[in-house]
Amino acid sequence: MKTQVYYQAKKIGINALIHAFLISVVITCLYPLLWMVASSLKTQDTIFKDISLIPKEFHWENYPRAWQEGGFGRYFLNSIFYTISVVTGIVLVSSLAAYAFSRLSFPGKNFIFYIFIAAMMIPLPGSFVALYVLLNKLHLRNTEVGYILCMINVGLSTSIFLLKTFFDKLPHELEDAARIDGCSKFGIWWHVALPLAKPVLAVVIVFNTLNVWNEYVLALIIFDSRAKMPLQVAINRFWGEFATNYPLLMAGLTITALPIIIVYLLMQKYIVKGVTQGAVVG
Amino acid sequence: MKIKSVLENYLFILPAVTIFLIFYIIPFIWVFQLGFYDWNGIDLSKSFVGVANFKEVLVQDPSWWQSVLNAGYITIIALIFQNILAFLLAVACDREIRLKNFYRLVFFIPPVLSEIVVGMAWKFIINDIDGANIVNRMFISMGLSQWAHNWLSDPKTALTTVALVHCWKGFGWGFLIFLAGLQTIPKELYEAARVDGANAWHSFKHITIPMMVPVIALVGILTILGSMQAFVLIMGLVGGEFAGHTSVPVLRILASMQGSSRFGYACTQGIVFGVILMMVSFIQYRFSKKRA
Amino acid sequence: MQAAASWGGKRILGLLVFVFIAFIAGGCSSGISDTRKAPGEQLVTVWHWMTDRQAGLEELGKRYTEKTGVKVNFELYAPSDAYTQKVRAAAHGQNLPDIFGILAEKRDFASFIKAGHVADLTSYVDADGGKWRERFFPKALAVNEFLPSNSFGVKAGIYGVPIDVSTIQMVFNKDLLKQIGGNPEKPPVTFDEFLALGPKIKGAGLQGLVSGWAEIWMIDCLANNYAFNIMGKDKVMSTLRGEVPYTDPDWIRVFGLFKKMQDSGILANGIVTMINKTSEQLFANGKAVFAFNGSWGVNVYKNMNPNLNYGVMLPPKASEKYPMAVWGGAGSSFLVSERSKNKEETIKFLEWLTDRDQQAYLSEVTNNLPANKECLTVIPGPLAQFADDMDFTTHPNTWDVSEFPAVTEAFNKGIQRIILGEKTPEQIGREVQEVKERELAKNNKQQ
Repeated sequence: MKTQVYYQAKKIGINALIHAFLISVVITCLYPLLWMVASSLKTQDTIFKDISLIPKEFHWENYPRAWQEGGFGRYFLNSIFYTISVVTGIVLVSSLAAYAFSRLSFPGKNFIFYIFIAAMMIPLPGSFVALYVLLNKLHLRNTEVGYILCMINVGLSTSIFLLKTFFDKLPHELEDAARIDGCSKFGIWWHVALPLAKPVLAVVIVFNTLNVWNEYVLALIIFDSRAKMPLQVAINRFWGEFATNYPLLMAGLTITALPIIIVYLLMQKYIVKGVTQGAVVG
Repeated sequence: MKIKSVLENYLFILPAVTIFLIFYIIPFIWVFQLGFYDWNGIDLSKSFVGVANFKEVLVQDPSWWQSVLNAGYITIIALIFQNILAFLLAVACDREIRLKNFYRLVFFIPPVLSEIVVGMAWKFIINDIDGANIVNRMFISMGLSQWAHNWLSDPKTALTTVALVHCWKGFGWGFLIFLAGLQTIPKELYEAARVDGANAWHSFKHITIPMMVPVIALVGILTILGSMQAFVLIMGLVGGEFAGHTSVPVLRILASMQGSSRFGYACTQGIVFGVILMMVSFIQYRFSKKRA
Repeated sequence: MQAAASWGGKRILGLLVFVFIAFIAGGCSSGISDTRKAPGEQLVTVWHWMTDRQAGLEELGKRYTEKTGVKVNFELYAPSDAYTQKVRAAAHGQNLPDIFGILAEKRDFASFIKAGHVADLTSYVDADGGKWRERFFPKALAVNEFLPSNSFGVKAGIYGVPIDVSTIQMVFNKDLLKQIGGNPEKPPVTFDEFLALGPKIKGAGLQGLVSGWAEIWMIDCLANNYAFNIMGKDKVMSTLRGEVPYTDPDWIRVFGLFKKMQDSGILANGIVTMINKTSEQLFANGKAVFAFNGSWGVNVYKNMNPNLNYGVMLPPKASEKYPMAVWGGAGSSFLVSERSKNKEETIKFLEWLTDRDQQAYLSEVTNNLPANKECLTVIPGPLAQFADDMDFTTHPNTWDVSEFPAVTEAFNKGIQRIILGEKTPEQIGREVQEVKERELAKNNKQQ
């Protein structure tokens, strides 16, 4: 006869096991992060000799040094500017298109949608040169606008895919109600669809923020003036042809990782609350 | 009236289609037609070779197919280990446990870290001469010294090790999406099952899994697309193609473009790669439709 | 609830749209012109990839502006793969800067010239009885020179100038060498002496030779050095031309050297997965007895471990028949764009940059060998040892003929597989020859 104590013990035992499992994964996740931070606090000659996670001396000055030598002030602002612009652009453009694919009808709708999806699956090697020549012809090379438009394109397909699947799952009642109230199509999109789409928009925001923030090859090829470069380009300058300054590189990478973590923290409560109401299903 | 409505509808997709046409379709056409040329990326003239490049990729280039198989291997390991891990973690975090928010933050750190750092950090953890040999020392201290091994420098284990590090970096996304998916399963279903006498395993098997199949499918497609194109991690962990053992399609394309200066051939490889990705995604999509 | 949520969401979205438009508007205006000169001022733009030289170059740029009033802009684009892509894209878009570099083989250099991107500097270099030419080490200049009736179809001439010089040799850790019973002042001279140290190194729990052999060109370098040593330059050139097969016993012997090295334990573990940076770090931290690296390593070692006690040596020779060769000559070279809008000013600047005082400064500040042989700088210890062996140097970019990239890839991947114990030297010889014959056939068809 299984007693109350037995069930309680079993519950505690299972919980303990689960926590042990989770904690062990947490350790593997945290270790590289701590290694990066610890490395950033060492010096060039101790970074590989001293293998402990806690450096013998804490060289906090690596951070202001990395900031200055990498010229981070300007590049950081540039990256923020590009990220906000691109992500805002993608949110607007892809939600408009996704809403249309989901709710409106027009000839060629499915065909155009499938082309977007196919684009998601076909990477383009050597497209950098093509984009360079293209931007050149449009007189948009070495301009922020050109870079932003290119980056909007990069995230477009996946964002449209995520958003469309979500909009498909929306109950029609709300939209019908709004239409009866005299709302235009744009109005329904703005007042009904978008607010309801907050969870999947949060995913789209995090996903695209990550992509834009970490991008550097396109920026390096398109921009000719240092003043326009994003942060990642500056970081890669620590990765020298001949001599890499590891502690500064690690400090720079730590600085780079922080904003994304902040964006994730802000967005993640929206995501879990209900992404799957469609975004993920089907 | 109707025409005005349809035109209005087109307005919705106008910005997306315009940007897409200019920044994707045009470069795509350029890359596509280059696949039929022999060009080094610099010369002012290129020579048209018709389908010779395609023939070479499909039949005469064993290193290409080796790279595809390697990428496929990494993808299969990711589909299995990465997603099972993500799923289990999501199930574990779905319960009302303490520190739920802490776990949600920590598990998303790997995707946030730059791949350069991930490569360097894991090389440090795994390697003995240029690292801290942490993995092997851990095995030895657990009494499993026969498991201590040159995981990254032995050609036999290198690819698997790389695949596992790739899983580590990627499970955060799957975790997040699975967790969200689990939230939408109505609690009443579990209540009803419990009243009927089902135990935890039973409800897991008959409620959780069936309701999560669409989510699993979506994560599957994203995993395939991401894993087949992985390459930065490989460069960080084993320095590159490791005599072909860790070669992947993107590295082969880069080698054609930069190492051999065969831009046209690189474009051909890219197109073939795109077709392979589309086929694999399509198969996965069909497979999941049947299951659902 | 619904209304409140939608109102809040609207505000946030509205704000975002406003921010977006404001930034775009702000960004648009600053995107129009980016030249940093006042009207009437001259500007020379240089694109380079050398992270550790940016500071030194910028300083020199300032000095030039003070002297002549011409502004010089050094733009650094790293890492070098990204730099190469940028240069190629710019070439395509006809947007190359006044001065740039090509990090590629002679074949690609030739393509750039034939496509009209590179200015012919011969007349400038030979002016005044060859004053500019005379300052350089001949081998350094040769990398940028195309001789009459070269196999690339380029008009003979000089198309670039070196700004430093480097050689790739072996370095050895004197303390560790002593530890395993060797003589720190007399490193191994013959290949067999070298191999004999293998078991001793393994016995002491150390690593022997480290080098960036995950990077194909580093293997190519050492293999080529030994090829010159075993069969002499002429036979190697004949092989490149297709007249001698890779199945020739001398080539099998070259492949076999790598097998011998692996078997004797002289190679570090996992050397095939090492990038050069890793090997530099291992040698700097005293974990390896030998390293195969270039003279730029002096700067790296100094930064990572200023107390490292090491010396420089030629790779131990495997044969007495021909002299040992090492790759050396120009380290980095600068080219002038043919379409540069102020070519004359640019060339004048380049001439100043490679002059004695500037070269001396650059060499001191970056611990690299100057390309200017008139430099009277005091070259620090190990760097001087690198310079001593300049007589033995050769470089693929000075040869008249080059190998097909597919063959080079098969050759070096093959050696990697020999080291891994997966293939024998004979097998690799056959495989490489197969690829060579296929490439020759393709080449003949196209002509």
